[in-house]
Amino acid sequence: MSLDTFREELQHQIPELVAVRLLDHAVSGRHMEIQAGREQIEVIARTARKVGLFLEAITALDFTGGPQVIYFFNSYEAPSRVLVRVQMKPGESLATISSVYNAALWYEREVFDLFGVRFDDHPDLRRLLLPEDADYYPLRKDFGKVHAFRSTKEIYGEPAA
Amino acid sequence: MANQLHEPVIEQSYYLNMGPQHPSTHGVLRLFLKLDGEYILQADPIIGYGHRGHEKMAESHFYEQFLPNTSRMDYLSGLLYNHGYVAAVEKMARIEVPPRAEYIRVVCAELNRVCSHLLWFGTYLLDLGGITPFLYAFDDREHIMDALDRITGSRLTYNYCRFGGVARDVDAEFVRATRAFIERLRSRFDDYHTLVTKNVIFINRTRGVGVIDRDAALRFGCTGPVLRAAGVPYDIRRAEPYSIYPLLDFDIPTGTTGDVMDRYLVRMREMEQSLRIIEQALDGLPEGPFKGRAPHKVRPPKGDYYFAVESARGALGYYIVSDGTPYPYRIKVRVPSFGNLQVLTEALPGTLVADTVAILGSVDIVVPEVDR
Repeated sequence: MSLDTFREELQHQIPELVAVRLLDHAVSGRHMEIQAGREQIEVIARTARKVGLFLEAITALDFTGGPQVIYFFNSYEAPSRVLVRVQMKPGESLATISSVYNAALWYEREVFDLFGVRFDDHPDLRRLLLPEDADYYPLRKDFGKVHAFRSTKEIYGEPAA
Repeated sequence: MANQLHEPVIEQSYYLNMGPQHPSTHGVLRLFLKLDGEYILQADPIIGYGHRGHEKMAESHFYEQFLPNTSRMDYLSGLLYNHGYVAAVEKMARIEVPPRAEYIRVVCAELNRVCSHLLWFGTYLLDLGGITPFLYAFDDREHIMDALDRITGSRLTYNYCRFGGVARDVDAEFVRATRAFIERLRSRFDDYHTLVTKNVIFINRTRGVGVIDRDAALRFGCTGPVLRAAGVPYDIRRAEPYSIYPLLDFDIPTGTTGDVMDRYLVRMREMEQSLRIIEQALDGLPEGPFKGRAPHKVRPPKGDYYFAVESARGALGYYIVSDGTPYPYRIKVRVPSFGNLQVLTEALPGTLVADTVAILGSVDIVVPEVDR
């Protein structure tokens, strides 16, 4: 089972990473969730690649405290969806994982395009879906018509750790 | 000026714009190709011409109001998108679905998959210069359209699934028409294989061309027939079974090398498996209500949920974040064509311009789905 290998390998690589939770797939649609720091995402991606996971998607959520970038990894062999959350402050940038997964080239461009999150050392961080001269980030909650702008607490409750 | 003719030529490469209005791109896709003579050095797909902001629209609409948007992302397999969305919200809000509704959903979804593959088959051969298969495929496809039109009320952008069931029950005439179609298509497969699969021109244009192996698929996050052609039996219907798929008996066709021919064969065999699924689902179609009880305004509890289904093009995922109100906080749609299109940046360089259309078509992208 590659998830256990992944967990062991992660603890070996980043001993200080504590916020790893196993989840019930039937309840949450994923098997594992990791709350990671900004500087840890590259090591996590390398470890995922090493154990044979593929990058399913990268997306983001906009909260009052700043954007949260979310990575989905999964396996072709045994279903093992891993969700990695990186909470950031407004204006912060994140390391690119496009050197590990080619798929991240576009996914990171999409997150930049729609949320304005910058990825350091990304080789080609241009607009992807919007016109080149767009000066707005449409999926931010201060753009256009939205129903609510919330904090992470209002959705996930108080953090467990 | 005459001197220029005698100067050595330093720059040999040049750029070619294919699209955004090229007929073989099936939508508004622009391929920016860097060429050396007839060979491609670099390929850069440029997308976003059809960006409508579906994910932004979701944030100011009720969960119910977002339902028609789902089938307008991938307009060739709209029912599969419908199914994925309602199933995700049902799981979140714990809405019960009666068994009859699940069976109807699977029958319609698989019909839609066959419909999508048939359209791909016809238009792909048209791209390669064979006009006849296109007419055959659209003739067959019309039978599915008529059957689905009868129960859903539309031909392409279906809005058939509802939270807790489906909009309308199927009748005996639909079952009869579907069974007749299965018979018909099975006999047509022989024609298709004689006309296309064994055609030497087709074989020469597709064998060994545009290889996407397992490693490339993994790095680019490919799913669906593109991945299965590389020999990986990854199918959401088996990996994360949903609806009634655990009860059904079907195979997952795979290829060996991951070239264009393998992708073609995988899709052709997938259609046969879909027919098997439809037959089993029709045989087991239980009596009972086709729609369960669902609240007028769905309010999923706070939290997030990811739900994946196998669309005609690969793993389709809905990531829904709820803040407890009738408005979704965010709906992220993980579309299969996004990764499948990006792999072209690696599959195209080194091939001939003439093979571009053969490779691009074999990936079976739907551009509005990539753009969302």
